[in-house]
Amino acid sequence: MSAVPTTAIVTRDLVKTFGDNRAVDGVTLDVPTGMVYGVLGPNGAGKSTTIKMLATLLRPDGGSARVLGHDVVTEADAVRDRISLTGQLASVDEELTGRENIVLLARLLGYSRRQSADRAEQLLAAFGLEDAAGKLTKNYSGGMRRRLDIAASLVITPDLLFLDEPTTGLDPRSRNEVWEIVRALVGIGTTVLLCTQYLDEADQLAGRIAVIDHGRVIAEGTPAELKRSVGQNTLHVQVADAADRGAAEQALSRGLEITVAGSGDPTELAVPVPDADAAAAAVRALADAQIPLAGFTLGQPTLDEVFLALTGEVPTEEEVAA
Amino acid sequence: MSTVTPSQAEAAAPVIDEARLHAALAAGERPPRPSAFAACRAFGWRCMLKIKHVPEQLLDVTITPVMFLLMFVYLFGGAVSGSTDAYLQFVLPGVLAQAVLFTTVYSGVTINTDMTKGVVDRFRTLPIWPAAPLVGATIGDMARYVIASTVVLALGFVLGFEADGGVLGVLGGVLLLVIFSSGLAWVFTTLGLVMRSQSATMNAGFMALFPLVFLSNIFVDPSTLPAVLEWFVGVNPVSHVVTAVRGLLGGEADGGDIALVLGEAAVLTAIFVPLTNRLYRGRG
Repeated sequence: MSAVPTTAIVTRDLVKTFGDNRAVDGVTLDVPTGMVYGVLGPNGAGKSTTIKMLATLLRPDGGSARVLGHDVVTEADAVRDRISLTGQLASVDEELTGRENIVLLARLLGYSRRQSADRAEQLLAAFGLEDAAGKLTKNYSGGMRRRLDIAASLVITPDLLFLDEPTTGLDPRSRNEVWEIVRALVGIGTTVLLCTQYLDEADQLAGRIAVIDHGRVIAEGTPAELKRSVGQNTLHVQVADAADRGAAEQALSRGLEITVAGSGDPTELAVPVPDADAAAAAVRALADAQIPLAGFTLGQPTLDEVFLALTGEVPTEEEVAA
Repeated sequence: MSTVTPSQAEAAAPVIDEARLHAALAAGERPPRPSAFAACRAFGWRCMLKIKHVPEQLLDVTITPVMFLLMFVYLFGGAVSGSTDAYLQFVLPGVLAQAVLFTTVYSGVTINTDMTKGVVDRFRTLPIWPAAPLVGATIGDMARYVIASTVVLALGFVLGFEADGGVLGVLGGVLLLVIFSSGLAWVFTTLGLVMRSQSATMNAGFMALFPLVFLSNIFVDPSTLPAVLEWFVGVNPVSHVVTAVRGLLGGEADGGDIALVLGEAAVLTAIFVPLTNRLYRGRG
């Protein structure tokens, strides 16, 4: 079998139960090669459990999964040959130095002593860790630890990399560095399965996204498709004086027969519109009613709005941070 | 072992260099898979590095027996055996065994740490012989047994212990201890895979080991004990180990004693290796 499969991951009705809890409840995915595929969902949605089954760490209780053409249960070794996992916990050995962490993995992958040392220097330099190479990793910052963790997954460049919440708990700068690494990986042809609970992260990196909730895929598509599926475009109108908001709402519902939603901002209105013409009509209606505006923008709904529409709940900041 | 404060290191670290990143990612040909032996050796090396970086982990297993030796010899020696010199001859092989046996609990603590920190997940996704991390850890543990033995024996000789068994007897005694402890360590590896935290593993391990160590013939001659206790000391495997080691060090090695200890080590291994392996691979 020399043909390169164009689908990196194929799962059909994948199930994993822990006691009464169906953590993964019939997940069907088709992940194309050569892109970042986002798996988006709140805590406890079944993302990590899915990744663990795909990375041969957990045995599925039902359904099937093939990774790079190989069955994850019957051909686990062939799968392990071509994947790498960066788990949710930064799985570096705290009692070893950064260099020793990489050398150990290189040795375990079959490199000679000399080659392992070279590979470690090369990776540590590329990930901006050469100055800390000789320090024990328990003294590393969160960002350094995560970079080392990812570097350790790339001793042999895998065809498929699993990244389980790689930026949870990182500061914005470290998060951007991880994003850079992910983009570079896709640039050289590695497929990345990215689990995240950050809508922003999926939007930034992923070519396609599966939204998972309660162990099931509830939506799938490109970020743009997902946003479109929620509805049309959204016109955000900001009135100059909060007292005018009621009048603006009336003018819009009268003239255009649309339901207008308020937002947390007392001067703002969100107006779902089918197209740009409708948006222009809405602005004209406000002008006719002589309501002074501070501004307006026409845009696609955010992934937050997508999530709200799909699950009926917006992940709160605390949930995201937890 | 200086510490890097994150802010310093972060400031010194360049933003990821795109060109170098691409070079590193594209680098080289994939080597052939390592043999099972090479994988075990790599894990053994990992254990040595941990001893090198965190030598404190050897402190409690070496200081405790040293304290016991000094305390028992000089505090109770005269009362138990008439003179401290005579008691040293009696108690040293026992304290040697005690030191090494307590070290075995750390096999469980080590594997529990790897589990809870997620390091094991990475090892388990590597295309290597699945038992290599466990076997490699055993090699590292043996090094610890030898270090603990050396400390106790060195102190014993300084205090005036005379090994009538000679060099061969001493080496034989240590070897027998290493073999038995390697078997016993699997009990604690199993425990480490079941317990939720390192401290729970350590507490449960020592709780199991304490009565076995103290209700043995390490410190006193069991013939002075009440009948029930004497019976327990007689069936306690720790007593069997101490009897055999005492024989080897004292130049009165008994083939039957040694065979009994080797048999017990084999039984422990036969039960707990498959159990450990099962728990390790089928986790979750």
